[in-house]
Amino acid sequence: MSTRLTTGGTLIDRSKPVTFTFNGESLKGYQGDTLASALLANDRMMMGRSFKYHRPRGVVSSGTEEPNALFGIGQDGRFEPNQRATMQELWTGLEAATQNHWPSLEFDIGEVNAHLSRFLPAGFYYKTFMWPRSFWKNVFEPVIRQSAGLGRAPKSADDDRYEHLYHFTDVLVIGGGLAGLVAAQEAAQGGARVLVLEQEAHWGGRATDSDAQAQVDALLATLKGMENVTLRSRCMGAGVYDHGYVLGYERLTDHLAQKSGPRHRLWRIRAAQVICATGAIERPLSFAGNDVPGVMLASALRDYLTRYGVSVGDRTVVVTNNDDAYLTALALVRAGLSVPAIVDARDGGAGVLGAQAEAAGIRVLKGHAIAKVKGRKRVSGVAICRQAGEGAVVEEIACEAVAMSGGWSPVVHLWSHCGGKLTWDDAQAMFRPDPARPPLGAAGEGFVTCAGAAFGVLDAASGAGQAAEAGRAAAQAIGKPGSGAGSGAALPEGLADGSGANPIEPVWLMPGSASRKLRAKAFLDYQNDVKVTDIQLAAQEGFESVEHAKRYTTLGMATDQGKLSNINGLAILSGALDTPIPQVGTTTFRPPYTPISMGSIAGEARGDTFQPLRRSPIHAWHEANGADFEPVGHWRRPYTYLRAGETRDTAVTREINQTRGSLGLLDASTLGKIIVNGPDAGRFMDMMYTNMMSTLKPGKCRYGLMCSENGFLMDDGVVAKWDEDTYLCHTTTGGADRIHAHMEEWLQTEWWDWNVWVVNATEAHAQIAVVGPNARKVLEKLGAQNIGNEDFPFMTFQDHRLAGIDARIYRISFSGELSYEVAVPAGQGMALWTALMEAGAEFNVMPYGTEALHVMRAEKGFIMIGDETDGTVIPQDLGLHWAISKKKDDFIGKRAQQRSDMARDDRWKLVGLETLDRSVLPEGSYAVADGVNANGQRNVQGRVTSTYNSPTLKRGIAMGLVLHGPDRMGEIIRFNTVEGATVSAKIVDPVFYDKEGTRNV
Amino acid sequence: MSDPVALQMTAPAPVTALENARHDGPVTVAETGPWGMLTLRGDLSAAPVRSSLADATGLAMPEVRGVTVAGDRRVAWFSPDEALILVPRADLAGVRAALDGALAGQHALVADMSDARASFRISGEPAHLAEVLARLVPVDMGTFAVGELRRTRLAQVACAHWMPEEGAVELVCFRSVARYVFDLLVEAAESPRAFPA
Repeated sequence: MSTRLTTGGTLIDRSKPVTFTFNGESLKGYQGDTLASALLANDRMMMGRSFKYHRPRGVVSSGTEEPNALFGIGQDGRFEPNQRATMQELWTGLEAATQNHWPSLEFDIGEVNAHLSRFLPAGFYYKTFMWPRSFWKNVFEPVIRQSAGLGRAPKSADDDRYEHLYHFTDVLVIGGGLAGLVAAQEAAQGGARVLVLEQEAHWGGRATDSDAQAQVDALLATLKGMENVTLRSRCMGAGVYDHGYVLGYERLTDHLAQKSGPRHRLWRIRAAQVICATGAIERPLSFAGNDVPGVMLASALRDYLTRYGVSVGDRTVVVTNNDDAYLTALALVRAGLSVPAIVDARDGGAGVLGAQAEAAGIRVLKGHAIAKVKGRKRVSGVAICRQAGEGAVVEEIACEAVAMSGGWSPVVHLWSHCGGKLTWDDAQAMFRPDPARPPLGAAGEGFVTCAGAAFGVLDAASGAGQAAEAGRAAAQAIGKPGSGAGSGAALPEGLADGSGANPIEPVWLMPGSASRKLRAKAFLDYQNDVKVTDIQLAAQEGFESVEHAKRYTTLGMATDQGKLSNINGLAILSGALDTPIPQVGTTTFRPPYTPISMGSIAGEARGDTFQPLRRSPIHAWHEANGADFEPVGHWRRPYTYLRAGETRDTAVTREINQTRGSLGLLDASTLGKIIVNGPDAGRFMDMMYTNMMSTLKPGKCRYGLMCSENGFLMDDGVVAKWDEDTYLCHTTTGGADRIHAHMEEWLQTEWWDWNVWVVNATEAHAQIAVVGPNARKVLEKLGAQNIGNEDFPFMTFQDHRLAGIDARIYRISFSGELSYEVAVPAGQGMALWTALMEAGAEFNVMPYGTEALHVMRAEKGFIMIGDETDGTVIPQDLGLHWAISKKKDDFIGKRAQQRSDMARDDRWKLVGLETLDRSVLPEGSYAVADGVNANGQRNVQGRVTSTYNSPTLKRGIAMGLVLHGPDRMGEIIRFNTVEGATVSAKIVDPVFYDKEGTRNV
Repeated sequence: MSDPVALQMTAPAPVTALENARHDGPVTVAETGPWGMLTLRGDLSAAPVRSSLADATGLAMPEVRGVTVAGDRRVAWFSPDEALILVPRADLAGVRAALDGALAGQHALVADMSDARASFRISGEPAHLAEVLARLVPVDMGTFAVGELRRTRLAQVACAHWMPEEGAVELVCFRSVARYVFDLLVEAAESPRAFPA
């Protein structure tokens, strides 16, 4: 039985009971408990089932490294799976549910896998489920899905909000244990800005192990009094990146019953220097049954006792290869609990602590090991053997808990994220940071150092000294040293210095030559159920690289990323390969250190602010008048304006008929408007466009094409020559920013000596297209004078005052109708729109959307960037030779268009297409040809680029690119459909409507 | 044809993107304007350009990443060859004419961008104000001083901001994203203090 003791627990407040539910059952804990400590206090030893074999599992650690005790926390909009009970602080009303079992935690069908484990070795899935193929989809996968997996994905939208915070600091200290606080104090002496992050709710890390809580409290008090120091608990250093960029993950409300404000805050930190004081993680030992609930890291068992007043069992057997675990035995005895034996794999046993243990009457079995743990859902005892040999049992000891320690691994993750290298320390049996090979900053200097246990200095006194050194070095590196080397701040006094300890002896398998039967129950990776035998099998099958063995066995690939298992796993691999550990190496450490919420990454980018939505000056009117929006870049443009009872199709038809018949309005404000100015503007325009632009007369407009360097058509639009040195380039809506950048790039990198300035004035003006036979009349009503066809011809512009607003009117047309595009300052766009709607009422004016725009331009055979072009089409393909100047020496794309592939005469060319049955061709349909290609696919001879129902012509019309198309007028070819049939269509001129241009006068 | 007299024939007042929306609180967010805004493209290191600017606006050309503020006029450094001039809308025509005149014969472009941008004033206790901005812009607001300017981004859009005086930040963004910027600023302003006093 695990239980709460009547006294003890430095972190809990026994005067503040907290009730919470566990699988629906109401349980009691105290404020200050974690979910893990509270469950242990309620004798809930079994906290979940493993991923593959569904073995019963209990909590094994007391911190972020926890692989087993994962829960779904909360309900509905606040449900989150896979939360570590060791990091979840308790609050009244917390709802925790176990996961990965079916139908219940106690009785689980998947556990049958455990009995089949002989037949489910590493690589089993790869080997077994390959054949027959359909079995995977229909049989294996559904069954495995039902029984496997960790938590369930949330079904509701997240109720919480999240935020980012950009923070800049001179020195960032990650880790608020003794070393981190000492380093921070040193670094801050000279006035440097220092930020300290601690992932837990309390400060001091493992300082209680060395009786250093008083020193920690004193340090904290000093730091809190310094204006240049910021302290942050519940905030994990998640990742270290180039240029001193570090992510901090702050949990603001996960520990609160009453939640308000953001749930998580993602700190986006720029630090000149980073000190990783991230401590060390204790390693498990690999013996049979080391995963039975009740087997725990020695430090964790000690934490539950001293921090939370929780006993995991009345009788605890301690098993170790180093002195540290003796602290657990001594603490247990001090608390009045029983330690039947310390099983020390070392023949020599421990140093000073060993003597203390024996003085306390604890039996120490030197040179011994655990052969196996007895019990299934909880520990009932251990079988003892010699560490040497195969594991013949010499004695059995009854117990409820096992405290194991395989030594300590420095938390080098953050050091390693950005390229810090490791070195193998044989004496301490650990990988530790190699200070000669740190992560390098922009100037080639290291910007990360490690302090204390993270550096591999495990005793408190030496760790504090080294941390102070690290703090001083960081301050010096940024030119803000303290009052003098070594005299900055007083080091805490009275710290344990680790003298009199016996060295660790590496023990990667227990007993040393354990039989296969024992090895097959010795777990390395608890979360992914990887055993010693799996790694050995991987090595035997040739997966010798640590990265390959990892992927073959899934060692370290679970949500804990192998914090407990990696070193033990690669040591086993090293043994199987007869290769020293440093040569086997480690797998790559990647951020984040532990999983962070998706919400924190999204930050403010959710709901209405998920993406910036660009609104035209007339957007509000569209919204209020039935606009059915479509995204165009980040803009929202009305696709059509729906009236009561209308479908999209009928609304588009109405808009087109009214525009061609009387008067339509289009909000064209989103079109790009780029001003090009300067003495060399004409020369520049001639390079940018395929046409000759420099010869344009002021006051006139010309349609132009822009190509990329590779000759492909990238944008089009009407250019207006404002004055001798100034052009206005209209671009497509989606092309405005891209074309502006394109122009700047050429000006800044190639033609830096040309006198040209460019300004993107897209948003300065609202632009409204006034289109239809009554367009002129409505402009005259608003005050325009002398705008008849002769006074104001097509492809010119004039300034007028409309409804009191200064307007520049371009007589251009994308529909074939009489059409004026009126530009006014954006802030007066709404006023002009309203005036046009009022003045147009007598003509039954209708706004039209992008679909009507598209259909009307297709009826006139005008191409659309993105429909007729796809990045592989050149203007010549589209019959636009007339817009490609032959007089110019050069323009962007000219040379490319002379390449053989561009010049060949069998490129598909633009034609119009009319179906014989008047139907609308499917989008993207291909024109089929005889025979099949080398892949057995039907040969093709063209494709549809635009296809619409034309309300004007009352039939389907399309444009397409067809092999030798313009030479095949009148020929009938067939297009495929999704259903598999074909549709016959006649090749025709792409101008379907008003070929003579009688309407635009 | 109907009676043209019924139609409004005098110029309507210019309208800002959000019609001067504001959110009051410990940190207040208010859309300002309509400003007169002129974009100047020219070599800002050239003495004639600098003196023309000073003559036309009455304000000195700011240093790199800086802004000059005097009353209701600002000149903002935008790049080595771009400046943004902000004046009251009523002064726009005069300043523009003066600038065009002073720059005549030089290679420079003056464009009226008054309606292209939305502008905001965010004000409050300086430390609180700094952390509101720090939620959205990747700038060290802890050391950001009066007279400094950054062209940067606010969440996902381009913006520029500066402090005309202690306790206030002025920020401009493109007009089309004014609502997005306002909504984000308000959310950041309402969020609990990240660094409680």
